[in-house]
Amino acid sequence: MDISWDLLINAIAAGLLLGGFYAAVTAGVSISFGMLDIVNIAHPAFIILGSYIAYFFNINYGVDPIIVSLVALPAFYALGAVVYQVYYVSFEKRGQESLRGLAFFFGLLFVTEVALILVFGVDYRYVEASYIGPSIHLGLIELPLRMLVPCVVALAMFAGLQLFVTRTFLGRAIMAVSQDQLALQLMAADPIRIKRIAFGLSIATASIAGALLIIIQPIEPSVGRDYIGRVFAICVLGGLGSMPGALIAAFLLGIVESLTSTFYGPSWAPAVAFGFLLLTLAFRPAGLLGR
Amino acid sequence: MNAAKFALIAIVVGLLVLAFAHWLKIDYFFFAGYTILQFTVLATAWNILGGYCGYVNFGSAAFFALGAYASVFMHKVLPLPVPVLMLIGAVVSGIVGFGMGYLTLRLRGAFFAIATLALAVVLQTLVVNWDFVGGSRGAYIIRPETIDIGSLQVNYIEYLFVLMLGLAVLVLTTARTIERSQLGLGFATIRDDEMAAEASGVPTLRLKLIATTLSGAFMGMAGAPFPYYIGYLQPSSAFGLEYAVNSIAMPMIGGTTSWIGPLVGSLLLGTAQQYTTAYISLGTGVNVLIVGVILIVFVIIAPNGLVGLMQEWLRKRRKS
Repeated sequence: MDISWDLLINAIAAGLLLGGFYAAVTAGVSISFGMLDIVNIAHPAFIILGSYIAYFFNINYGVDPIIVSLVALPAFYALGAVVYQVYYVSFEKRGQESLRGLAFFFGLLFVTEVALILVFGVDYRYVEASYIGPSIHLGLIELPLRMLVPCVVALAMFAGLQLFVTRTFLGRAIMAVSQDQLALQLMAADPIRIKRIAFGLSIATASIAGALLIIIQPIEPSVGRDYIGRVFAICVLGGLGSMPGALIAAFLLGIVESLTSTFYGPSWAPAVAFGFLLLTLAFRPAGLLGR
Repeated sequence: MNAAKFALIAIVVGLLVLAFAHWLKIDYFFFAGYTILQFTVLATAWNILGGYCGYVNFGSAAFFALGAYASVFMHKVLPLPVPVLMLIGAVVSGIVGFGMGYLTLRLRGAFFAIATLALAVVLQTLVVNWDFVGGSRGAYIIRPETIDIGSLQVNYIEYLFVLMLGLAVLVLTTARTIERSQLGLGFATIRDDEMAAEASGVPTLRLKLIATTLSGAFMGMAGAPFPYYIGYLQPSSAFGLEYAVNSIAMPMIGGTTSWIGPLVGSLLLGTAQQYTTAYISLGTGVNVLIVGVILIVFVIIAPNGLVGLMQEWLRKRRKS
């Protein structure tokens, strides 16, 4: 095949931008699945919820989607805390998280999705903002602002989370709970409270990720399902609980997906994430930077 | 009661249902009955892996659709009678189930669940891109009005209904036989404590592979006649939400520890959904929403399902 360098470089640039966005999508699952061992497969549904909230306020009041998502952060945090409390009381405490806990999140996923369908319908929705449309040109490379802005916001959020987890007292407590819950209890800390805070944070990231998603592409409620494979593939490939690993994996997946859709057509892109996931599970289950 | 006796009783019950349906002579009964029985098969098949071994499969729709698309493929290459297609569907989905299990079952349970979820997305991508079986446009299969069996001329929907009824009897008998066999005991040890089972010499990987293969094969069998039933198969209907949700919700609501659970769950939920679609004309959306909410409520409040509630009630009565 005759590969045009122009096309290749642009595909890689687009992949890097996409990868930055994927990092934001994965951040939440990196916390809940990677650190807390909570298999929150409903996370993409919360992201879509974030997208629709951004959509609603953007269309009706003309507010910038990213600002909407920042304002909505406390609400998402509270939602996450409530979901964790229900999860803890109903499943974790009884030691039934594996089967019934999964079914619980599965139910949440569908209830959220169908509720959004009933409220907003299955038409594709999009937002309006000044940075949707124009592009920056760097020599051969074209960087659409529609992708660049989400990428920058996503990386900022990711860096913030990483700093929080490694530098602050609370963040280190979250790391501690992921390593040894019993030891934490012996230090007279309440692991449930810390897990609730961490899960709240993980859902809060969905608010921002949702706003970024609807900036990048028009969405409808079932778009979230495409992200389940991606999110967990990135999480597993990066190594569970490792934020830097997740970042590297996000960029890798972004580039490979972008190359696939440039050279083979966009309808093949969803299969890439799954290929990644299966290969990782089969050959290096600990991931790139696994603990 | 041994397996042969149970099979005999199941067959007799099946024949009674058939006789009743034949006596009613309402086409709609066959249409609705087919869908409900299809869910009975899916729910029971899901439960062989999910309920007995404790491994959650979110990709029921993928296995179901594989069976359906295997039929579409065969229909274009070499038209065969539906029972043969069901066997082909079983082989295809069984092989995929085996491969899936082989790649992921060495790891913690959650990975298997996530991988099945992703499998559905990928298979759908493949089917959408595969023009031979219709691609995203879908494939038409003209359903004959009637079919000749020997000298008997049978309404085609009734024929499909009978096949699904037979499959339901087969799956339920298999599930119950597994439950009372050494295989079932092995499955239960995996569900309760996989590490301890492994340490005591239970061949856990082999048992899990048997479960994924069997479970996948039955789902494929349930999907094989589907193109003939619906007449027009498109990826979004074969990989539909309702299969993934229902095949988990039905056993969970009925109770996952025995074969009765998925049967009760599927008959109740299946009938309720037929009723709401036909009489109150709620769309599929509201149906899935209701099922999702019931699923959440049940896993929180009644972890052992309706069968569990029933057993508890009986135990209390015996005590007093």
